[in-house]
Amino acid sequence: MGGPENTRIGKFATGALYSSQMKAGSYGAHVTDVTESGDTVESNLLPATSFSMTGLAVEPPRPTRVSSTATVQGLNLLQRAQSISMAGPGGGSSDVQWCFSQVKGAMDDDVAEADIISTVEFNHTGELLATGDKGGRVVIFQQEPESKNQPQCRGEYNVYSTFQSHEPEFDYLKSLEIEEKINKIRWLPQKNAAQFLLSTNDKTIKLWKISERDKRPEGYNLKEEDGRYRDPNTVTTLRVPVLRPMDLMVEASPRRVFANAHTYHINSISVNSDHETYLSADDLRINLWHLEITDRSFNIVDIKPANMEELTEVITAAEFHPDQCNTFVYSSSKGTIRLCDMRASALCDQHTKMFEEPEDPNNRSFFSEIISSISDVKFSHSGRYMMTRDYLSVKIWDLNMETRPVETYQVHEYLRSKLCSLYENDCIFDKFECCWNGNDSVVMTGSYNNFFRMFDRDYRQDVTFEASRENSKPRSVLKPRKISTGGKRKKDEISVDSLDFNKKILHTAWHPLDNIIAVATTNNLYIFQDKLN
Amino acid sequence: MAGADGDDSLYPIAVLIDELRNEDVQLRLNSIKKLSTIALALGVERTRTELLPFLTDTIYDEDEVLLALAEQLGNFTMLVGGPEYVHCLLPPLESLATVEETVVRDKAVESLRKISQEHSPVDLEVHFEPLVKRLASGDWFTSRTSACGLFSVCYPRVSSTVKAEIRQHFRTLCSDDTPMVRRAAASKLGEFAKVLELEYVKTDIIPLFTALASDEQDSVRLLAVEACVSIATLLPQEDLETLVMPTLRQAAEDKSWRVRYMVADKFSELQKAVGPEITKNDLVPAFQNLLKDCEAEVRAAAANKVKEFCENLPEDNREQIIMSHILPCVKELVSDTNQHVKSALASVIMGLSTILGKDNTIEHLLPLFLTQLKDECPEVRLNIISNLDCVNEVIGIRQLSQSLLPAIVELAEDAKWRVRLAIIEYMPLLAGQLGVEFFDEKLNTLCMAWLIDHVYAIREAATSNLTKLVEKFGAEWAQNTIVPKVLGMANDPNYLHRMTTLFCINALSEACGQEITTKQMLPVVLKMSNDQVANVRFNVAKSLQKIGPVLDSNALQTEVKPVLEKLASDSDMDVKYFAQEAISDLVWLAAPKEMKVRMLACFDLRGACRAEQDQTPDTCPHPDCCWHVERCRTRAGLSLPWSFELPQSSTPAL
Repeated sequence: MGGPENTRIGKFATGALYSSQMKAGSYGAHVTDVTESGDTVESNLLPATSFSMTGLAVEPPRPTRVSSTATVQGLNLLQRAQSISMAGPGGGSSDVQWCFSQVKGAMDDDVAEADIISTVEFNHTGELLATGDKGGRVVIFQQEPESKNQPQCRGEYNVYSTFQSHEPEFDYLKSLEIEEKINKIRWLPQKNAAQFLLSTNDKTIKLWKISERDKRPEGYNLKEEDGRYRDPNTVTTLRVPVLRPMDLMVEASPRRVFANAHTYHINSISVNSDHETYLSADDLRINLWHLEITDRSFNIVDIKPANMEELTEVITAAEFHPDQCNTFVYSSSKGTIRLCDMRASALCDQHTKMFEEPEDPNNRSFFSEIISSISDVKFSHSGRYMMTRDYLSVKIWDLNMETRPVETYQVHEYLRSKLCSLYENDCIFDKFECCWNGNDSVVMTGSYNNFFRMFDRDYRQDVTFEASRENSKPRSVLKPRKISTGGKRKKDEISVDSLDFNKKILHTAWHPLDNIIAVATTNNLYIFQDKLN
Repeated sequence: MAGADGDDSLYPIAVLIDELRNEDVQLRLNSIKKLSTIALALGVERTRTELLPFLTDTIYDEDEVLLALAEQLGNFTMLVGGPEYVHCLLPPLESLATVEETVVRDKAVESLRKISQEHSPVDLEVHFEPLVKRLASGDWFTSRTSACGLFSVCYPRVSSTVKAEIRQHFRTLCSDDTPMVRRAAASKLGEFAKVLELEYVKTDIIPLFTALASDEQDSVRLLAVEACVSIATLLPQEDLETLVMPTLRQAAEDKSWRVRYMVADKFSELQKAVGPEITKNDLVPAFQNLLKDCEAEVRAAAANKVKEFCENLPEDNREQIIMSHILPCVKELVSDTNQHVKSALASVIMGLSTILGKDNTIEHLLPLFLTQLKDECPEVRLNIISNLDCVNEVIGIRQLSQSLLPAIVELAEDAKWRVRLAIIEYMPLLAGQLGVEFFDEKLNTLCMAWLIDHVYAIREAATSNLTKLVEKFGAEWAQNTIVPKVLGMANDPNYLHRMTTLFCINALSEACGQEITTKQMLPVVLKMSNDQVANVRFNVAKSLQKIGPVLDSNALQTEVKPVLEKLASDSDMDVKYFAQEAISDLVWLAAPKEMKVRMLACFDLRGACRAEQDQTPDTCPHPDCCWHVERCRTRAGLSLPWSFELPQSSTPAL
């Protein structure tokens, strides 16, 4: 049977790292790494023990918890059987079992605004994972090499570099505060031993270099290594400094600042496959930049009407095609996606293709336009498809068919009856993102109550998981969640009314090659991976 | 060398070496720029064994430091012991050739190319060529892009086996996965083709060229156009049709406007490379298409080339081709919807008149010029006006003057000050071509009006415009037309206008000469020293300092001196300061040679200045140490009389 209880628990969350005095005090709780490798525990069926090592350092053990863990454990087996039978989603193979790997961030319940994660992004190899937060910080996690004595475990992600990317600013001309919140991070294709990423807040895009240094120069002529000056008269020979090995140091340095090109808020950046340009989109315009030139950018799309009162739609997201350097798409608040070909013209105000699904007159309501607004658009790795996320669904479009999506997946259709209250608490304007797995066979997006959804395109199956601390036992298998949609609520189902709308998963990322996913809840980053046998 | 001279000479070098790793970028940069001094002090042996290894690992530094380093190493051959040891420079340059900053990489490649010439043929194969191979097969695309620029320098000097390898490496890079590398290869394709044997150009380069020219990324394809020029020059005429023209035709009709833009941009070079026959049959229709392209950027690039293209057409039927093929397109462009296209055309269209001759110009081009002179976009009109000289030679400017004047007046009064500024700059040219009479009648008022423009940059430009006009029309003309108007402004209620008078006087005094300056300008300046606005008063002091050299000594002594002395005790600090400055300057000017020597001698000059005693106050690079005559006077206990003879030239030599 090979359930979690039978295998060695390899790397695993220990309580010590929850302690906030370790890092949270110095640099924001977001960077706090709550897992640590090295502590291996021989464990068979030790839910209580292992649980106490994960959660209990923050909260004193409560008997009820322990007993409920036992229940959960029992359920796990049940659910696992179920997930096999339903051939759960995964990287193409039908029997991927998702299990918990790590959770990052502070575990206490009061969330500092600055710690709220605002973007998550793997680099092109998946070795690095970057997050940005509302406090303008970027934290980069690096995957540890796989341990030889534990071949069933993939390497864990540990903090590699943390830096303050953006600071709050004030635009004195317009009397506007500019938040430091990181809206998007995009990695550049690797060009040498260093890594490069673009990060942006509402107005300014920055190019960062993350590099390693393991040598430092030693030897001065006029002073000692400790800084004391020598008597110049004692200098009788010249000394050339020599480089000596030192502890590895990771440096993040700002290389370029692309500023003053956006009047509205930047919602997307996307690096072109030509490796030398990228686009940045705000509500009404899309600009094209050269990565080495900061003093000029080209405006390629401008949908601002001459009279702002005639404004009916805004740009919500934009992305370059993964390998056609001339093609990009942008989505709008009206639910349309426009594909532009930069070969045709220098200005791309005229689109080449427009993807739009005719509205179903039966579903027409006051909220139709709001919920049809697209919050994210992503090309598949193959470049053949693109995926869009609107409020209630994920749609997959074939680039060759403009009239309707080839696939539509309902993310949380049960909320359709709740739109009124979601409008009142502004949740209806939440911008959920979506992502593809490495071979484009599964897509993932977030929902409320810290649920996230996966849709297997080949098997036409979907599953709901929850990112919660209660499952944060290393390598514990995630159990699918069910939401009762009217009628009688079954035992393991959750009622729509009990969903917590303050807990939402807006940002998710999928490792480009492996079944490893990163899911951002408010201020925690969960990493899940498939179970290796 | 090293250490032989004792501690004294070591100290500065020690400082330089330590500053190689100073925290302050500027100090590191300074040290790197003096790397040759360091190397010289260390001697060739230690430079090779200690300095270069250290530099090889210094690639973490700021771009500007790395850039300076890459440049320095290109001139380091003698410092490592001459050509015999030049290969020691390869490791640091190799690591610099892989950094992410393009400018640094390019500089490293440039230096590598330079020192490749200093390698013996043997060293080239033993040391340099392996480096090129390493870069070409590097993991990161930065190193592979750098390799592209190195093939052509080693190819001619290696054995045929190595040549074959180099060709193979280049082929590989041309089909690299990364567009950056393919672009680098495409941009070096022409250069590489030039050093290849003709047979290999045909067997190797042409397939690569064709492949790059049909690359999936238009950013690569557009670079193939550039290569097309060099390749076409290398091939015999009979091969062009089969080997190059299909690709060129395809590029001229590429789906991507950027590729067509590149064709338009390189059109003159292409035209020269393929020769007259192909130009007639192929390029003329291609050029027509580019002039009618649907993308404005392409039309603008083609419009820019109209004159050059026409000039380079074979003379026997040039006129016929232009009249029947090019001119119709040009006529359409004159009323293009895009202003960049029109303004690109306007910047070259006048040049056609010399090619087509008087009759054609009057009949066909003149209407176009006139249309463009009335264009709604100021840049178009400006471009026409700035090129009037071409037309002037062929048909005389009078033909245009009727339409010219309204155009000029409109630009002169344009609401955008940059437009006004641009037209002012063409005034001297226009004045020269239109003649004094026309100028006095029509344009003089405009020139005077700019003097009281509300934008300072315009007033300033108007002032220097007057100087140029006086240089053109002479002092007498100035005395009759300009000077009275300028001096009249001295009584203007607006102090800014009164200051303009002073600025004009500063600018005009030299061109007008001593007589006018002393008799007409000086009294006005002196009178203004009583102005109630301090800005005017200190500008009086500045003016007196400026026009002093033009005045005769009598005026200086009897009129300037009392006024400056009065200003030197003004209640306003700035007025005082500038008055003293002027006094110092004029005293120095008036001092006889012996006095100047004494003045300098009594100064505790810094070594640097001692060597530069022949400097004048204007050219001395150390204004804070020796030229403040006022201080000098105090220190020397000298009281310099005002009554020195004025030297003949305005810049006295010691």
